[in-house]
Amino acid sequence: MFLQQIANALALSAVYSLFAIGFTLIFGVLEVITLAHGAVFMMGAFAGLIAVTKFNAGLASTLLVSMIVSGLAGYLIDLIAVGPLRKRKFHHLAPMIATIGCATIITSTYQGIFGAEAYRFPFDFVPSTSYDIVGIQLTLLQLIIIGISLFLMVVLIFFLNKTRWGKAVRAVAENPRTAALLGIPVEQVFRLTMSISSAFGGAAGVLTGLNFNTIHTFMGGPILHRGIAVIILGGMGDIRGAMAGGLILGFSEILSVAYISSDFRDAISFGLLFLILLVRPSGIFGKVIERKG
Amino acid sequence: MLELRDIYTNYDHIRALKGISLTVREGEIVALIGANGAGKSTTLNTISGIVKAAKGAVLYNDKNITKSSTHSIVKGGIVQVPEGRAILTTLKVIENLELGAFIRKDSHQIKNDIESVFSRFPILEKRANQLAGTLSGGEQQMLAIGRALMAKPKILLLDEPSMGLAPLVVKGIFGIIREINREGTSILIVEQNARMALQISNRGYVLETGRIVLEDSSASLLTNKKVIEAYLGG
Repeated sequence: MFLQQIANALALSAVYSLFAIGFTLIFGVLEVITLAHGAVFMMGAFAGLIAVTKFNAGLASTLLVSMIVSGLAGYLIDLIAVGPLRKRKFHHLAPMIATIGCATIITSTYQGIFGAEAYRFPFDFVPSTSYDIVGIQLTLLQLIIIGISLFLMVVLIFFLNKTRWGKAVRAVAENPRTAALLGIPVEQVFRLTMSISSAFGGAAGVLTGLNFNTIHTFMGGPILHRGIAVIILGGMGDIRGAMAGGLILGFSEILSVAYISSDFRDAISFGLLFLILLVRPSGIFGKVIERKG
Repeated sequence: MLELRDIYTNYDHIRALKGISLTVREGEIVALIGANGAGKSTTLNTISGIVKAAKGAVLYNDKNITKSSTHSIVKGGIVQVPEGRAILTTLKVIENLELGAFIRKDSHQIKNDIESVFSRFPILEKRANQLAGTLSGGEQQMLAIGRALMAKPKILLLDEPSMGLAPLVVKGIFGIIREINREGTSILIVEQNARMALQISNRGYVLETGRIVLEDSSASLLTNKKVIEAYLGG
């Protein structure tokens, strides 16, 4: 029973981490909390659903379609809403509010098209086989979710640490002005970051849709709240923090459902987050940021 | 090769530059001296395109770059080492150098150039895999200069390279600046340490509250009564 819960928790945590990693990267680089990340997540799920149901796409191409659609959405959000405010030097609050607008537009448009009902992937999309791995029963679906999430996160970390553009992203995260003085096109880096991070959000969306086999137009809200909790818990802007935070939230949710009551799931897991923040106010990997001036 | 024509720049609603004209010729070291707040950094930032001039023109090899973006100005060969070094503290020393070459694509030559930065500043090689934030002030200045050299600049803009450094370290840094110039890079140096700046430069400009009040060869500025009184400590 307990080992089974671990399998569930791992799959859930993997998706939380995947969602939060892009969310935290955007904050780290653009210094904006993009409240459209949940809507982008939902777009990814629907894009995957359409790829499967209408075009009979396989798993890899479904994932790819989700990431492209969501990545494009992120690109457009930056182009239309966040970027212009950044150029006019409205930092933080105005772009955040602009992203609420984007989220509302996306969500209501999708509701207009798809309605409020839940959609499902075809039954046999992922065969319901399961494997025994060190005593834990993992379904093929769970293995796929964990595997894809880990793979994407490793790719992102490799990109940030080893490639020319990845290093440029880290330079901009630390200091856009210094980055510009090195000849880095800072605006392009902002847009690239929004696109990649949103693509990760889209991947998390389609994996969540597969995990619970439910997709609906308002699935972006709950994950957004969890995403915010996860990145605060992990330390704003910190990639490792997003991964660790996702793990903690996923496990606390699954274990509180299994051993206490599903009614109190959110109360317990978010209560735990508060407790951790009381001990480490800037998050697990967070640096203490002093206000300047 | 670089010319500022009657530049006016506003900075946070303050008129920081009120009609600056200056030139840097090929192979020169030009010093820009003046008190705190005279507009020295703003002048460099206007050249680099970080702040845009409200009026006037920045010409680089007779091309107007007043409205160009910072990264394209760097690509063109004007590279700034900003005040307070502004190294990337969360990146490794070697990564800072690699990013200095961001505008270049000749990866093989980049490796060689990192080696030559290391031979110019051996301490950086020792610290190559450390986070740049762990370096001392002097080492950070070396990194900042080394990183700027990675872009293969035609003109190097140096903003207060002596700031916060011990006199002996400053001497070393200035020696290296001279060396870089001898290898063919023109230099525009902004300094509060006017004596040091005038000793290594060919010509100098004196900046006072956004205006150039004096311009001469550095040798004559060093003996100019007004300059001695105001900037060389009597």
